[in-house]
Amino acid sequence: MSHVGSGKAASSKEQTGLRYPSNGKTIYHRPLNRTKTAELSQAAFAYLFSEMVIYAQRRVAGIQELEKRLNLQGHPIGLKLLDLLLLREPPRSQTRPLTIIALLHFIKINVWTHLFGRQADRLEKSSNPDTPDEYMIVDNEPLVNAYISVPREMSQLNCAAFVAGIIEGVCDGAMFPARVTAHTVGGKEEGEMWPGKTVFLVKFQPEVLEREALLGKG
Amino acid sequence: MSYYFAIIGTQDNPLFEHEFGTSKQGGDGQARFGDQARHLNQFVLHSSLDIVEEVQWTTGQLYLKVIDKFFTSYISCFMTGGNVKFLLLHQPNATASAPAAGTPGAASTSSASRSSTAVGANPTSPQTEEAIKNFFYEVYDNYVKAIMNPFYKANMEIKSPVFRQRVAAAGRKYL
Repeated sequence: MSHVGSGKAASSKEQTGLRYPSNGKTIYHRPLNRTKTAELSQAAFAYLFSEMVIYAQRRVAGIQELEKRLNLQGHPIGLKLLDLLLLREPPRSQTRPLTIIALLHFIKINVWTHLFGRQADRLEKSSNPDTPDEYMIVDNEPLVNAYISVPREMSQLNCAAFVAGIIEGVCDGAMFPARVTAHTVGGKEEGEMWPGKTVFLVKFQPEVLEREALLGKG
Repeated sequence: MSYYFAIIGTQDNPLFEHEFGTSKQGGDGQARFGDQARHLNQFVLHSSLDIVEEVQWTTGQLYLKVIDKFFTSYISCFMTGGNVKFLLLHQPNATASAPAAGTPGAASTSSASRSSTAVGANPTSPQTEEAIKNFFYEVYDNYVKAIMNPFYKANMEIKSPVFRQRVAAAGRKYL
C-alpha cells in the first residue's frame, strides 16, 4: 500500500486499517450497469468451469455428492443475481416476484439471458397430480455442458447441477425455498436433435404452495 | 427531523445501522434522539418487521412506504429482491422551529414558515415519500455493490466504511 492518490483516502485508511487500491477506487466507485459489452469468452469460462468440476470431484465419494457440491457452488451466485438483475430492471417492471409463475418467468427470461445470452427453452409444470410442487425448466443445450463429456460409468452425472444451484439460490432468495436438480433427458441414439437436453426440476417446499393458495384467495 | 436507518437480514438480524439528522433547512445532519430514545428506536424498528411480513406479499413493489407508526416515530420500509429489509425510522422534531445550532434567527423564522412543505415536516406527504424513496434507491445501489463482493455471504454484517460514507452522503442529499 504505497502511494494512495488522495489525501482523504489516506487519512480514512489510517483510521480503519482498510486498504484501498492504488487508484483509490473501491467496488462502490464502479457502476453496476455494464451489461451491453460485458460478455465473457466461452473458452475462458469452460476452462474455469472444468477446474471447478475437478476441484469438487477430488473431494467427494459419489456422483450425488459431486452434484451437491456443484449445486452449493452455484447457490450464492443465485442469491446475488436476484438483487443485481432486479436493480437493472427498468423502474416500471421492477417488482419482486410474488408468485411461482412470476418467479419462474424471471428465471427463464432474466436470469437465463444474463447468464447465457438467450432464454431458457421451455417452462413446464408437472402433469403428475401427486407432485403439484414440481416445475421444470428445460434447456436444450446447456452452455456449461458444451465441452463436458461424461464418462460412461458416470452417466447419471450432469454438471449443470451448478446451474441448478444458481436457480435454487434465486428461489431461496425470493422466499420460495426449493430443491433444484439437473437431469439429462436427451436420447442417446444417432440423429437426436438435442443430445444434451437438460431438465431443471424445481421442487418447492410445501409452505410455498400453501402461501400461494392463501394469496390466490385473497 | 432525526433518522435511524437499519438494514435487516433475512433472519431478522441487523446487518447495518446508521443514525443521522436532516440536512435540509439548515439542519446540521445530527440526529436529535435522547439517550432513552436510542434504545427505543431499535425496538420500535424491529417490532415493525411483523407488519413488513404482512405487507410484502400484497405488492411486488420494492418501496413499501410508511408501514408503521409509534407515537411520533414513523417507519418506512424498502424490500430488496433477496428479502433484506431497509427500515428507516423518521421522527419529526417536536421543536422543529427551534433554530438549529449556528442558524441566524432571521433565517430560522423564514424556514419555520416554509416547514409545512419541507421534507419531513409531514411524514406521510408525497414529497417526503419521494425523498425517502430516492434515499432508499441510492442505498440499494450501494447495497447491491456490497453483496457483489465475492467474499460477502448472505446475512453478513456490512462493515465497509465506504458503504457507511455512501449511506451518509445519500442521507445528506435527500433527507
